[in-house]
Amino acid sequence: MVWFKRKLEGIQTSTKDKKETPEGLWYKCPKCQTVVTTEDHISNFFVCERCSFHERIGSEEYFQLFFDDAKYKEIDKKLKSGDPLEFEDTKKYVDRIKQTQKKSGLTDAIRTAYGKIDGQDFVIAAMDFSFIGGSLGSVMGEKIARAIDKAIKLKAPFMIVSKSGGARMMEAGLSLMQMAKVSAKLNQLSEAKLPYISFLTDPTTGGVTASFAMLGDINIAEPDALIAFAGPRVVKETIGRDLPPGFQRSEFVLEHGFLDYIVERHDLKKEVSKSVRFFMN
Amino acid sequence: MSIYLDFEEPINALEQQIAKAQDIGKDAELDMTDKIKELEDKLESKTKEIFSNLTPWQRVQLSRHPERPYTLAYIEAITQGDFQELHGDRNVSDDKAMVGGWGSIDGKTVMFVGQQKGMNTKMRQYRNFGMANPEGYRKALRLMKLAEKFNKPIVTFIDTPGAFPGLEAEERGQGEAIARNIYEMMNIKVPIICIIIGEGASGGALGIGVGDKVIMLENTWYSVISPESCSSILWRSWDYKEKAAEALKLTSEDMKRLKLVDGIIKEPINGAHRNPEEMFATVKREVKRHITLLSKIDPAERCEKRMNKFTEMGVFK
Ligand SMILES: [Zn+2]
Repeated sequence: MVWFKRKLEGIQTSTKDKKETPEGLWYKCPKCQTVVTTEDHISNFFVCERCSFHERIGSEEYFQLFFDDAKYKEIDKKLKSGDPLEFEDTKKYVDRIKQTQKKSGLTDAIRTAYGKIDGQDFVIAAMDFSFIGGSLGSVMGEKIARAIDKAIKLKAPFMIVSKSGGARMMEAGLSLMQMAKVSAKLNQLSEAKLPYISFLTDPTTGGVTASFAMLGDINIAEPDALIAFAGPRVVKETIGRDLPPGFQRSEFVLEHGFLDYIVERHDLKKEVSKSVRFFMN
Repeated sequence: MSIYLDFEEPINALEQQIAKAQDIGKDAELDMTDKIKELEDKLESKTKEIFSNLTPWQRVQLSRHPERPYTLAYIEAITQGDFQELHGDRNVSDDKAMVGGWGSIDGKTVMFVGQQKGMNTKMRQYRNFGMANPEGYRKALRLMKLAEKFNKPIVTFIDTPGAFPGLEAEERGQGEAIARNIYEMMNIKVPIICIIIGEGASGGALGIGVGDKVIMLENTWYSVISPESCSSILWRSWDYKEKAAEALKLTSEDMKRLKLVDGIIKEPINGAHRNPEEMFATVKREVKRHITLLSKIDPAERCEKRMNKFTEMGVFK
Protein backbone atom coordinates (compact mmCIF):
# COMPACT_ATOMS: atom_id res chain seq x y z
CA MET A 1 0.00 0.00 0.00
CA VAL A 2 2.15 2.76 -1.33
CA TRP A 3 -0.39 5.55 -1.16
CA PHE A 4 -0.66 5.90 2.56
CA LYS A 5 2.81 4.67 3.32
CA ARG A 6 4.12 7.92 4.68
CA LYS A 7 1.08 8.49 6.79
CA LEU A 8 1.37 4.94 8.15
CA GLU A 9 4.98 5.42 9.08
CA GLY A 10 4.08 8.69 10.75
CA ILE A 11 1.41 7.06 12.85
CA GLN A 12 3.55 4.06 13.71
CA THR A 13 6.34 6.22 15.05
CA SER A 14 3.97 8.35 17.05
CA THR A 15 2.20 5.32 18.53
CA LYS A 16 5.54 3.79 19.41
CA ASP A 17 6.17 6.81 21.58
CA LYS A 18 2.88 6.57 23.44
CA LYS A 19 2.35 2.87 23.98
CA GLU A 20 0.22 3.68 27.00
CA THR A 21 -2.64 5.04 24.89
CA PRO A 22 -4.33 2.10 23.18
CA GLU A 23 -6.97 4.40 21.60
CA GLY A 24 -4.33 5.41 19.08
CA LEU A 25 -4.17 1.84 17.85
CA TRP A 26 -7.86 1.34 17.23
CA TYR A 27 -10.45 3.04 15.08
CA LYS A 28 -14.11 2.89 15.97
CA CYS A 29 -16.54 3.76 13.18
CA PRO A 30 -18.89 6.50 14.40
CA LYS A 31 -21.69 5.16 12.19
CA CYS A 32 -21.72 1.40 12.83
CA GLN A 33 -19.36 1.22 15.84
CA THR A 34 -17.17 -1.41 14.18
CA VAL A 35 -13.67 -1.44 15.65
CA VAL A 36 -10.59 -2.12 13.56
CA THR A 37 -6.90 -1.43 14.03
CA THR A 38 -5.80 2.02 12.95
CA GLU A 39 -3.39 0.35 10.55
CA ASP A 40 -6.18 -1.55 8.83
CA HIS A 41 -8.33 1.54 8.80
CA ILE A 42 -5.62 3.56 7.09
CA SER A 43 -4.86 0.90 4.54
CA ASN A 44 -8.57 0.84 3.79
CA PHE A 45 -8.36 4.55 2.85
CA PHE A 46 -9.95 5.66 6.14
CA VAL A 47 -13.17 3.98 5.05
CA CYS A 48 -15.14 1.66 7.36
CA GLU A 49 -14.86 -1.88 6.02
CA ARG A 50 -18.30 -2.77 7.24
CA CYS A 51 -20.56 0.20 6.45
CA SER A 52 -18.35 2.14 4.03
CA PHE A 53 -18.42 5.29 6.17
CA HIS A 54 -15.83 7.69 4.74
CA GLU A 55 -13.89 9.32 7.53
CA ARG A 56 -12.91 12.91 6.83
CA ILE A 57 -9.30 13.16 5.72
CA GLY A 58 -7.08 16.13 4.94
CA SER A 59 -4.92 17.53 2.17
CA GLU A 60 -1.96 15.26 2.96
CA GLU A 61 -4.03 12.09 2.58
CA TYR A 62 -5.56 13.28 -0.69
CA PHE A 63 -2.18 14.25 -2.08
CA GLN A 64 -0.83 10.81 -1.22
CA LEU A 65 -3.87 9.16 -2.68
CA PHE A 66 -3.86 11.00 -6.00
CA PHE A 67 -0.23 11.66 -6.85
CA ASP A 68 1.85 8.81 -8.30
CA ASP A 69 4.09 7.24 -5.64
CA ALA A 70 2.71 9.82 -3.20
CA LYS A 71 5.22 12.26 -4.68
CA TYR A 72 4.34 15.90 -5.12
CA LYS A 73 5.71 19.43 -4.81
CA GLU A 74 3.82 21.80 -2.60
CA ILE A 75 3.46 25.41 -3.78
CA ASP A 76 3.18 28.62 -1.73
CA LYS A 77 3.71 26.68 1.44
CA LYS A 78 4.43 29.77 3.50
CA LEU A 79 1.51 31.97 2.53
CA LYS A 80 -0.19 33.18 5.71
CA SER A 81 -3.17 35.21 6.72
CA GLY A 82 -2.95 38.94 7.37
CA ASP A 83 -5.40 40.74 9.64
CA PRO A 84 -6.45 43.81 7.68
CA LEU A 85 -9.74 44.14 9.55
CA GLU A 86 -8.14 43.71 12.98
CA PHE A 87 -11.00 41.36 13.61
CA GLU A 88 -11.91 40.41 17.13
CA ASP A 89 -14.85 38.41 18.43
CA THR A 90 -14.43 36.46 21.64
CA LYS A 91 -10.84 36.05 20.46
CA LYS A 92 -8.49 38.09 18.32
CA TYR A 93 -8.31 36.74 14.78
CA VAL A 94 -4.50 36.85 14.83
CA ASP A 95 -4.47 34.72 17.99
CA ARG A 96 -7.00 32.31 16.55
CA ILE A 97 -4.79 31.89 13.49
CA LYS A 98 -1.64 31.35 15.55
CA GLN A 99 -3.30 28.80 17.83
CA THR A 100 -4.80 26.92 14.89
CA GLN A 101 -1.47 26.87 13.11
CA LYS A 102 0.21 25.47 16.19
CA LYS A 103 -2.46 22.87 16.81
CA SER A 104 -2.84 21.70 13.20
CA GLY A 105 0.69 22.15 11.92
CA LEU A 106 -0.88 23.85 8.88
CA THR A 107 -0.50 27.44 7.70
CA ASP A 108 -4.08 27.83 6.46
CA ALA A 109 -7.12 25.85 5.34
CA ILE A 110 -5.80 24.78 1.96
CA ARG A 111 -2.64 23.27 0.50
CA THR A 112 -1.76 23.30 -3.18
CA ALA A 113 0.59 20.95 -4.98
CA TYR A 114 1.53 19.50 -8.32
CA GLY A 115 2.71 16.09 -9.34
CA LYS A 116 1.55 13.31 -11.64
CA ILE A 117 -1.56 11.20 -11.86
CA ASP A 118 -0.80 8.05 -13.88
CA GLY A 119 2.00 9.91 -15.56
CA GLN A 120 -0.03 13.01 -16.43
CA ASP A 121 0.87 16.38 -14.86
CA PHE A 122 -1.80 17.33 -12.35
CA VAL A 123 -2.39 20.26 -9.98
CA ILE A 124 -4.47 19.85 -6.83
CA ALA A 125 -5.73 22.33 -4.24
CA ALA A 126 -7.00 20.41 -1.20
CA MET A 127 -8.66 21.83 1.89
CA ASP A 128 -8.14 20.98 5.53
CA PHE A 129 -11.30 21.11 7.58
CA SER A 130 -9.26 21.11 10.79
CA PHE A 131 -8.14 24.67 10.02
CA ILE A 132 -11.08 26.93 11.06
CA GLY A 133 -13.54 24.63 9.31
CA GLY A 134 -11.75 24.74 5.98
CA SER A 135 -12.90 28.33 5.70
CA LEU A 136 -12.36 30.43 2.58
CA GLY A 137 -10.31 33.55 3.21
CA SER A 138 -7.65 35.58 1.43
CA VAL A 139 -4.98 32.87 1.73
CA MET A 140 -7.20 30.18 0.24
CA GLY A 141 -8.24 32.51 -2.58
CA GLU A 142 -4.66 33.44 -3.40
CA LYS A 143 -3.38 29.87 -3.17
CA ILE A 144 -6.06 28.63 -5.55
CA ALA A 145 -5.32 31.54 -7.88
CA ARG A 146 -1.63 30.68 -7.97
CA ALA A 147 -2.34 26.96 -8.36
CA ILE A 148 -4.44 27.81 -11.42
CA ASP A 149 -1.49 29.82 -12.78
CA LYS A 150 0.65 26.75 -12.20
CA ALA A 151 -1.82 24.52 -14.05
CA ILE A 152 -1.85 26.94 -16.99
CA LYS A 153 1.96 27.01 -17.00
CA LEU A 154 2.19 23.21 -16.91
CA LYS A 155 -0.77 22.84 -19.30
CA ALA A 156 -2.14 20.49 -16.65
CA PRO A 157 -5.63 19.68 -15.47
CA PHE A 158 -6.66 21.21 -12.16
CA MET A 159 -8.66 19.87 -9.24
CA ILE A 160 -10.01 21.44 -6.07
CA VAL A 161 -10.84 19.12 -3.18
CA SER A 162 -13.48 21.08 -1.28
CA LYS A 163 -14.11 20.47 2.40
CA SER A 164 -15.33 23.68 3.92
CA GLY A 165 -17.94 25.36 6.06
CA GLY A 166 -17.83 28.33 3.69
CA ALA A 167 -16.38 31.83 3.74
CA ARG A 168 -14.28 32.86 6.73
CA MET A 169 -16.26 35.35 8.78
CA MET A 170 -13.17 36.93 10.33
CA GLU A 171 -12.14 38.26 6.94
CA ALA A 172 -15.67 39.45 6.17
CA GLY A 173 -15.83 41.30 2.84
CA LEU A 174 -12.40 40.02 1.84
CA SER A 175 -13.61 36.43 2.21
CA LEU A 176 -16.73 37.13 0.20
CA MET A 177 -14.68 38.53 -2.66
CA GLN A 178 -12.52 35.40 -2.79
CA MET A 179 -15.55 33.72 -4.35
CA ALA A 180 -15.31 36.23 -7.19
CA LYS A 181 -11.53 36.05 -7.31
CA VAL A 182 -11.43 32.28 -7.83
CA SER A 183 -14.23 32.54 -10.40
CA ALA A 184 -12.15 35.05 -12.34
CA LYS A 185 -9.19 32.67 -12.30
CA LEU A 186 -11.40 29.79 -13.43
CA ASN A 187 -12.36 31.91 -16.44
CA GLN A 188 -8.65 32.08 -17.29
CA LEU A 189 -8.25 28.31 -16.87
CA SER A 190 -11.21 27.82 -19.14
CA GLU A 191 -9.66 30.19 -21.69
CA ALA A 192 -6.58 27.92 -21.65
CA LYS A 193 -8.91 24.96 -22.39
CA LEU A 194 -7.71 23.09 -19.33
CA PRO A 195 -10.14 20.95 -17.37
CA TYR A 196 -11.22 21.84 -13.86
CA ILE A 197 -12.45 18.97 -11.74
CA SER A 198 -14.38 20.02 -8.66
CA PHE A 199 -14.28 17.28 -6.05
CA LEU A 200 -16.75 17.83 -3.21
CA THR A 201 -16.16 16.04 0.07
CA ASP A 202 -17.87 16.12 3.44
CA PRO A 203 -18.77 18.90 4.12
CA THR A 204 -18.93 21.46 1.32
CA THR A 205 -21.22 24.35 2.20
CA GLY A 206 -21.84 28.10 2.03
CA GLY A 207 -19.66 30.34 -0.08
CA VAL A 208 -17.56 27.47 -1.38
CA THR A 209 -20.65 25.75 -2.77
CA ALA A 210 -21.91 29.10 -4.09
CA SER A 211 -18.77 29.57 -6.11
CA PHE A 212 -15.96 27.33 -7.35
CA ALA A 213 -17.17 23.99 -5.92
CA MET A 214 -20.18 24.10 -8.26
CA LEU A 215 -18.21 25.32 -11.27
CA GLY A 216 -16.27 22.24 -12.29
CA ASP A 217 -16.16 21.08 -15.88
CA ILE A 218 -17.19 18.04 -13.95
CA ASN A 219 -18.41 18.03 -10.35
CA ILE A 220 -17.76 14.82 -8.45
CA ALA A 221 -18.24 13.84 -4.82
CA GLU A 222 -17.49 11.25 -2.19
CA PRO A 223 -20.49 9.21 -0.97
CA ASP A 224 -22.78 10.67 1.66
CA ALA A 225 -21.01 14.04 1.78
CA LEU A 226 -22.98 17.06 2.95
CA ILE A 227 -23.20 19.45 -0.01
CA ALA A 228 -25.23 22.56 0.62
CA PHE A 229 -25.53 26.30 0.16
CA ALA A 230 -27.49 26.88 3.38
CA GLY A 231 -26.70 24.30 6.04
CA PRO A 232 -29.38 21.81 7.19
CA ARG A 233 -29.94 23.65 10.49
CA VAL A 234 -30.72 26.92 8.70
CA VAL A 235 -33.00 25.23 6.15
CA LYS A 236 -34.85 23.45 8.94
CA GLU A 237 -35.38 26.74 10.77
CA THR A 238 -36.62 28.35 7.55
CA ILE A 239 -39.20 25.73 6.69
CA GLY A 240 -40.15 24.88 10.27
CA ARG A 241 -40.26 21.12 9.82
CA ASP A 242 -37.91 18.16 9.68
CA LEU A 243 -35.82 17.59 6.61
CA PRO A 244 -36.32 14.52 4.43
CA PRO A 245 -33.76 11.74 4.96
CA GLY A 246 -30.68 12.09 2.79
CA PHE A 247 -31.36 15.78 2.18
CA GLN A 248 -28.27 17.62 0.86
CA ARG A 249 -26.16 14.47 0.74
CA SER A 250 -24.13 13.56 -2.37
CA GLU A 251 -26.72 11.05 -3.62
CA PHE A 252 -29.48 13.69 -3.29
CA VAL A 253 -27.37 16.30 -5.06
CA LEU A 254 -26.57 13.83 -7.87
CA GLU A 255 -30.25 13.00 -8.19
CA HIS A 256 -31.07 16.71 -8.59
CA GLY A 257 -28.55 17.10 -11.35
CA PHE A 258 -25.63 18.95 -9.81
CA LEU A 259 -23.00 16.20 -9.77
CA ASP A 260 -21.50 14.15 -12.59
CA TYR A 261 -20.68 11.15 -10.46
CA ILE A 262 -20.10 9.89 -6.95
CA VAL A 263 -16.98 7.88 -6.29
CA GLU A 264 -15.89 5.69 -3.39
CA ARG A 265 -12.47 6.49 -2.04
CA HIS A 266 -11.17 3.08 -3.18
CA ASP A 267 -11.87 4.01 -6.79
CA LEU A 268 -11.06 7.68 -6.47
CA LYS A 269 -7.69 7.80 -8.18
CA LYS A 270 -8.77 5.39 -10.88
CA GLU A 271 -11.92 7.35 -11.76
CA VAL A 272 -10.34 10.80 -11.60
CA SER A 273 -7.43 9.59 -13.68
CA LYS A 274 -9.91 8.22 -16.20
CA SER A 275 -11.69 11.58 -16.41
CA VAL A 276 -8.37 13.35 -16.81
CA ARG A 277 -7.44 10.97 -19.62
CA PHE A 278 -10.68 11.69 -21.50
CA PHE A 279 -10.08 15.41 -21.22
CA MET A 280 -6.44 15.33 -22.18
CA ASN A 281 -6.15 12.64 -24.87
CA MET B 1 -46.75 59.19 8.91
CA SER B 2 -43.03 58.70 8.65
CA ILE B 3 -41.16 56.00 10.49
CA TYR B 4 -38.22 57.05 12.63
CA LEU B 5 -35.39 54.87 13.84
CA ASP B 6 -34.34 55.23 17.48
CA PHE B 7 -31.41 57.50 16.66
CA GLU B 8 -33.58 59.60 14.32
CA GLU B 9 -35.92 60.55 17.21
CA PRO B 10 -34.40 64.02 17.85
CA ILE B 11 -35.12 64.79 14.18
CA ASN B 12 -38.69 63.61 14.59
CA ALA B 13 -39.12 65.83 17.68
CA LEU B 14 -37.82 68.93 15.88
CA GLU B 15 -39.97 68.27 12.83
CA GLN B 16 -43.02 68.04 15.06
CA GLN B 17 -42.11 71.31 16.74
CA ILE B 18 -41.77 72.99 13.36
CA ALA B 19 -45.15 71.62 12.24
CA LYS B 20 -46.72 72.90 15.46
CA ALA B 21 -45.18 76.33 15.04
CA GLN B 22 -46.50 76.48 11.49
CA ASP B 23 -49.99 75.55 12.73
CA ILE B 24 -49.89 78.22 15.41
CA GLY B 25 -48.71 80.74 12.84
CA LYS B 26 -51.67 79.89 10.63
CA ASP B 27 -54.38 79.66 13.30
CA ALA B 28 -53.46 82.62 15.46
CA GLU B 29 -52.06 84.63 12.65
CA LEU B 30 -49.02 85.20 14.79
CA ASP B 31 -45.75 85.81 13.13
CA MET B 32 -43.83 82.60 13.81
CA THR B 33 -41.28 83.15 11.05
CA ASP B 34 -38.35 83.73 13.42
CA LYS B 35 -39.30 80.81 15.63
CA ILE B 36 -39.66 78.51 12.62
CA LYS B 37 -36.37 79.68 11.17
CA GLU B 38 -34.66 78.98 14.48
CA LEU B 39 -36.15 75.49 14.65
CA GLU B 40 -35.21 74.76 11.05
CA ASP B 41 -31.61 75.78 11.70
CA LYS B 42 -31.63 73.54 14.72
CA LEU B 43 -33.06 70.67 12.65
CA GLU B 44 -30.40 71.12 10.03
CA SER B 45 -27.51 71.07 12.47
CA LYS B 46 -29.03 68.18 14.44
CA THR B 47 -29.50 66.17 11.25
CA LYS B 48 -25.92 66.87 10.24
CA GLU B 49 -24.70 65.92 13.68
CA ILE B 50 -26.57 62.61 13.71
CA PHE B 51 -25.80 61.61 10.15
CA SER B 52 -22.12 62.48 10.27
CA ASN B 53 -21.54 60.30 13.32
CA LEU B 54 -23.37 57.13 12.34
CA THR B 55 -22.12 53.88 13.82
CA PRO B 56 -21.85 50.83 11.54
CA TRP B 57 -24.94 49.32 13.19
CA GLN B 58 -26.92 52.53 12.57
CA ARG B 59 -25.98 52.33 8.91
CA VAL B 60 -27.24 48.75 8.87
CA GLN B 61 -30.51 50.03 10.35
CA LEU B 62 -30.70 52.74 7.70
CA SER B 63 -30.04 50.23 4.92
CA ARG B 64 -33.18 48.41 6.09
CA HIS B 65 -35.31 51.48 6.74
CA PRO B 66 -38.83 50.52 5.67
CA GLU B 67 -39.22 53.79 3.77
CA ARG B 68 -35.99 53.41 1.83
CA PRO B 69 -36.57 53.21 -1.92
CA TYR B 70 -36.27 49.76 -3.47
CA THR B 71 -35.06 48.57 -6.87
CA LEU B 72 -38.23 49.19 -8.93
CA ALA B 73 -38.50 52.72 -7.56
CA TYR B 74 -34.97 53.47 -8.78
CA ILE B 75 -35.70 51.94 -12.18
CA GLU B 76 -38.97 53.87 -12.54
CA ALA B 77 -37.30 57.15 -11.64
CA ILE B 78 -34.16 56.67 -13.71
CA THR B 79 -36.08 55.61 -16.82
CA GLN B 80 -38.91 58.10 -16.16
CA GLY B 81 -41.27 55.16 -16.43
CA ASP B 82 -39.88 53.94 -19.75
CA PHE B 83 -39.30 50.41 -18.48
CA GLN B 84 -40.58 46.99 -19.45
CA GLU B 85 -40.31 44.22 -16.92
CA LEU B 86 -39.29 40.80 -18.26
CA HIS B 87 -40.18 37.67 -16.34
CA GLY B 88 -39.08 34.11 -15.77
CA ASP B 89 -36.00 31.93 -15.88
CA ARG B 90 -37.36 29.74 -18.75
CA ASN B 91 -37.00 26.66 -16.56
CA VAL B 92 -39.01 26.65 -13.38
CA SER B 93 -40.76 29.90 -12.53
CA ASP B 94 -40.72 33.65 -12.17
CA ASP B 95 -39.00 34.73 -8.98
CA LYS B 96 -40.68 37.79 -7.47
CA ALA B 97 -37.67 38.59 -5.30
CA MET B 98 -35.59 39.33 -8.39
CA VAL B 99 -36.81 41.75 -11.03
CA GLY B 100 -35.39 42.90 -14.32
CA GLY B 101 -36.05 44.23 -17.76
CA TRP B 102 -35.26 46.80 -20.42
CA GLY B 103 -35.40 50.45 -19.61
CA SER B 104 -34.15 53.59 -21.22
CA ILE B 105 -31.96 56.29 -19.80
CA ASP B 106 -32.42 59.43 -21.85
CA GLY B 107 -33.10 57.41 -24.98
CA LYS B 108 -30.46 54.70 -24.51
CA THR B 109 -31.49 51.13 -23.70
CA VAL B 110 -30.16 49.58 -20.52
CA MET B 111 -30.80 46.18 -18.90
CA PHE B 112 -31.80 46.50 -15.26
CA VAL B 113 -31.65 43.66 -12.75
CA GLY B 114 -32.12 43.72 -9.00
CA GLN B 115 -33.57 42.21 -5.86
CA GLN B 116 -36.93 43.64 -4.92
CA LYS B 117 -38.31 44.05 -1.41
CA GLY B 118 -41.97 44.73 -0.59
CA MET B 119 -43.43 47.97 0.74
CA ASN B 120 -45.99 46.46 3.12
CA THR B 121 -46.63 43.18 4.92
CA LYS B 122 -48.41 41.60 1.98
CA MET B 123 -45.87 42.73 -0.58
CA ARG B 124 -42.94 41.78 1.62
CA GLN B 125 -44.20 38.21 1.55
CA TYR B 126 -44.90 38.40 -2.17
CA ARG B 127 -41.30 39.52 -2.72
CA ASN B 128 -40.01 36.95 -0.23
CA PHE B 129 -38.26 39.80 1.64
CA GLY B 130 -35.86 40.25 -1.25
CA MET B 131 -34.47 36.73 -0.84
CA ALA B 132 -34.20 35.19 -4.29
CA ASN B 133 -34.45 31.50 -5.13
CA PRO B 134 -32.19 29.89 -7.76
CA GLU B 135 -34.78 30.91 -10.39
CA GLY B 136 -34.15 34.54 -9.51
CA TYR B 137 -30.44 34.24 -10.16
CA ARG B 138 -31.08 32.29 -13.36
CA LYS B 139 -33.55 34.92 -14.55
CA ALA B 140 -30.95 37.58 -13.79
CA LEU B 141 -28.36 35.69 -15.83
CA ARG B 142 -30.78 35.18 -18.70
CA LEU B 143 -31.45 38.90 -18.84
CA MET B 144 -27.76 39.79 -18.59
CA LYS B 145 -26.97 37.42 -21.47
CA LEU B 146 -29.75 39.08 -23.44
CA ALA B 147 -28.12 42.44 -22.80
CA GLU B 148 -24.79 41.05 -23.96
CA LYS B 149 -26.34 39.70 -27.16
CA PHE B 150 -27.81 43.08 -28.03
CA ASN B 151 -24.83 45.04 -26.77
CA LYS B 152 -26.63 46.99 -24.04
CA PRO B 153 -25.07 47.96 -20.72
CA ILE B 154 -26.26 46.32 -17.49
CA VAL B 155 -27.14 47.98 -14.22
CA THR B 156 -27.81 45.82 -11.17
CA PHE B 157 -29.39 47.02 -7.93
CA ILE B 158 -28.41 44.97 -4.90
CA ASP B 159 -30.69 44.87 -1.89
CA THR B 160 -30.99 41.52 -0.16
CA PRO B 161 -30.74 40.00 3.32
CA GLY B 162 -29.40 36.90 1.55
CA ALA B 163 -30.30 34.22 -0.95
CA PHE B 164 -33.31 32.22 0.24
CA PRO B 165 -32.25 29.24 2.43
CA GLY B 166 -35.28 27.08 1.64
CA LEU B 167 -35.70 23.39 0.89
CA GLU B 168 -36.64 23.83 -2.77
CA ALA B 169 -33.89 26.38 -3.19
CA GLU B 170 -31.38 23.75 -2.11
CA GLU B 171 -32.97 21.09 -4.32
CA ARG B 172 -32.76 23.34 -7.34
CA GLY B 173 -29.15 24.33 -6.69
CA GLN B 174 -29.01 27.70 -4.96
CA GLY B 175 -25.24 27.33 -4.71
CA GLU B 176 -24.86 26.47 -8.38
CA ALA B 177 -27.10 29.34 -9.48
CA ILE B 178 -25.09 31.95 -7.56
CA ALA B 179 -21.78 30.38 -8.61
CA ARG B 180 -22.80 30.40 -12.27
CA ASN B 181 -23.74 34.07 -12.14
CA ILE B 182 -20.47 35.11 -10.51
CA TYR B 183 -18.54 33.11 -13.09
CA GLU B 184 -20.49 34.33 -16.11
CA MET B 185 -20.61 37.97 -15.03
CA MET B 186 -16.81 38.06 -15.07
CA ASN B 187 -16.84 37.68 -18.82
CA ILE B 188 -20.01 39.36 -20.07
CA LYS B 189 -18.87 41.63 -22.84
CA VAL B 190 -20.95 44.71 -22.04
CA PRO B 191 -20.43 47.28 -19.26
CA ILE B 192 -21.80 46.16 -15.88
CA ILE B 193 -22.49 48.60 -13.07
CA CYS B 194 -23.57 47.19 -9.69
CA ILE B 195 -25.07 49.46 -7.05
CA ILE B 196 -25.76 48.38 -3.49
CA ILE B 197 -28.87 50.37 -2.57
CA GLY B 198 -29.67 48.64 0.75
CA GLU B 199 -28.47 45.35 2.11
CA GLY B 200 -25.60 43.49 0.48
CA ALA B 201 -25.68 40.14 2.22
CA SER B 202 -23.12 37.62 1.18
CA GLY B 203 -23.36 35.31 -1.85
CA GLY B 204 -26.94 36.40 -2.40
CA ALA B 205 -25.65 39.89 -3.17
CA LEU B 206 -22.54 38.80 -5.05
CA GLY B 207 -24.76 36.68 -7.33
CA ILE B 208 -25.60 39.92 -9.18
CA GLY B 209 -22.58 41.82 -7.90
CA VAL B 210 -19.74 41.27 -10.34
CA GLY B 211 -19.19 44.40 -12.41
CA ASP B 212 -16.78 46.93 -13.88
CA LYS B 213 -17.96 49.36 -11.23
CA VAL B 214 -19.34 48.18 -7.92
CA ILE B 215 -20.69 51.12 -5.98
CA MET B 216 -22.30 51.42 -2.57
CA LEU B 217 -24.77 54.07 -1.51
CA GLU B 218 -23.45 55.79 1.59
CA ASN B 219 -25.78 54.15 4.13
CA THR B 220 -25.67 50.56 2.98
CA TRP B 221 -23.74 47.50 4.05
CA TYR B 222 -22.00 44.73 2.17
CA SER B 223 -20.38 41.72 3.78
CA VAL B 224 -20.09 37.99 4.05
CA ILE B 225 -22.79 37.70 6.71
CA SER B 226 -25.33 39.89 8.51
CA PRO B 227 -24.23 41.32 11.86
CA GLU B 228 -27.00 39.36 13.62
CA SER B 229 -25.94 35.99 12.19
CA CYS B 230 -22.29 36.82 12.82
CA SER B 231 -23.14 37.61 16.43
CA SER B 232 -25.03 34.36 16.87
CA ILE B 233 -22.23 32.26 15.39
CA LEU B 234 -19.09 33.91 16.77
CA TRP B 235 -20.45 35.20 20.09
CA ARG B 236 -23.06 32.45 20.40
CA SER B 237 -25.68 35.08 21.22
CA TRP B 238 -27.88 37.52 19.29
CA ASP B 239 -26.81 40.38 21.58
CA TYR B 240 -23.59 41.40 19.88
CA LYS B 241 -24.94 42.69 16.58
CA GLU B 242 -23.52 46.20 17.14
CA LYS B 243 -20.11 44.74 17.90
CA ALA B 244 -20.34 42.39 14.93
CA ALA B 245 -21.33 45.29 12.66
CA GLU B 246 -18.17 47.08 13.73
CA ALA B 247 -15.92 44.03 13.44
CA LEU B 248 -17.15 43.12 9.95
CA LYS B 249 -16.09 46.49 8.44
CA LEU B 250 -19.21 46.37 6.34
CA THR B 251 -19.86 50.08 5.71
CA SER B 252 -19.33 51.80 2.38
CA GLU B 253 -16.30 53.67 3.76
CA ASP B 254 -14.63 50.49 5.00
CA MET B 255 -15.39 48.52 1.87
CA LYS B 256 -13.96 51.34 -0.27
CA ARG B 257 -10.87 51.62 1.92
CA LEU B 258 -10.29 47.87 1.58
CA LYS B 259 -10.63 48.24 -2.22
CA LEU B 260 -13.51 45.76 -2.28
CA VAL B 261 -15.85 48.26 -3.94
CA ASP B 262 -15.03 50.97 -6.46
CA GLY B 263 -16.97 53.91 -5.11
CA ILE B 264 -19.53 55.45 -2.80
CA ILE B 265 -22.55 57.50 -3.80
CA LYS B 266 -23.42 60.19 -1.27
CA GLU B 267 -26.96 60.10 0.06
CA PRO B 268 -29.12 63.12 0.85
CA ILE B 269 -28.09 64.60 4.17
CA ASN B 270 -30.83 62.78 6.09
CA GLY B 271 -30.65 59.51 4.17
CA ALA B 272 -32.11 58.17 0.90
CA HIS B 273 -35.45 57.50 2.59
CA ARG B 274 -36.11 61.17 3.44
CA ASN B 275 -35.39 62.48 -0.02
CA PRO B 276 -35.79 59.75 -2.64
CA GLU B 277 -36.03 62.18 -5.56
CA GLU B 278 -32.63 63.63 -4.78
CA MET B 279 -31.26 60.09 -4.38
CA PHE B 280 -32.66 58.95 -7.74
CA ALA B 281 -31.19 61.99 -9.49
CA THR B 282 -27.76 61.33 -8.03
CA VAL B 283 -27.86 57.64 -8.93
CA LYS B 284 -28.99 58.44 -12.46
CA ARG B 285 -26.16 60.91 -12.90
CA GLU B 286 -23.61 58.34 -11.69
CA VAL B 287 -25.02 55.54 -13.85
CA LYS B 288 -24.88 57.75 -16.94
CA ARG B 289 -21.36 58.87 -16.17
CA HIS B 290 -20.07 55.33 -15.71
CA ILE B 291 -21.84 53.95 -18.79
CA THR B 292 -20.27 56.69 -20.88
CA LEU B 293 -16.79 56.04 -19.50
CA LEU B 294 -17.04 52.23 -19.67
CA SER B 295 -18.44 52.23 -23.20
CA LYS B 296 -15.21 53.81 -24.44
CA ILE B 297 -13.19 50.74 -23.42
CA ASP B 298 -12.72 47.78 -25.75
CA PRO B 299 -14.93 44.87 -24.54
CA ALA B 300 -12.06 42.38 -24.14
CA GLU B 301 -10.00 44.91 -22.25
CA ARG B 302 -12.98 45.82 -20.08
CA CYS B 303 -13.46 42.17 -19.08
CA GLU B 304 -9.76 41.75 -18.41
CA LYS B 305 -9.79 44.81 -16.16
CA ARG B 306 -12.88 43.50 -14.39
CA MET B 307 -11.25 40.12 -13.74
CA ASN B 308 -7.97 41.67 -12.64
CA LYS B 309 -9.77 43.86 -10.16
CA PHE B 310 -11.30 40.86 -8.42
CA THR B 311 -8.11 38.81 -8.73
CA GLU B 312 -6.24 41.43 -6.75
CA MET B 313 -8.61 41.29 -3.77
CA GLY B 314 -7.26 39.75 -0.60
CA VAL B 315 -4.66 40.38 2.08
CA PHE B 316 -1.99 37.83 3.00
CA LYS B 317 1.67 37.66 3.79
ZN1 LIG C 1 -18.92 1.67 9.85
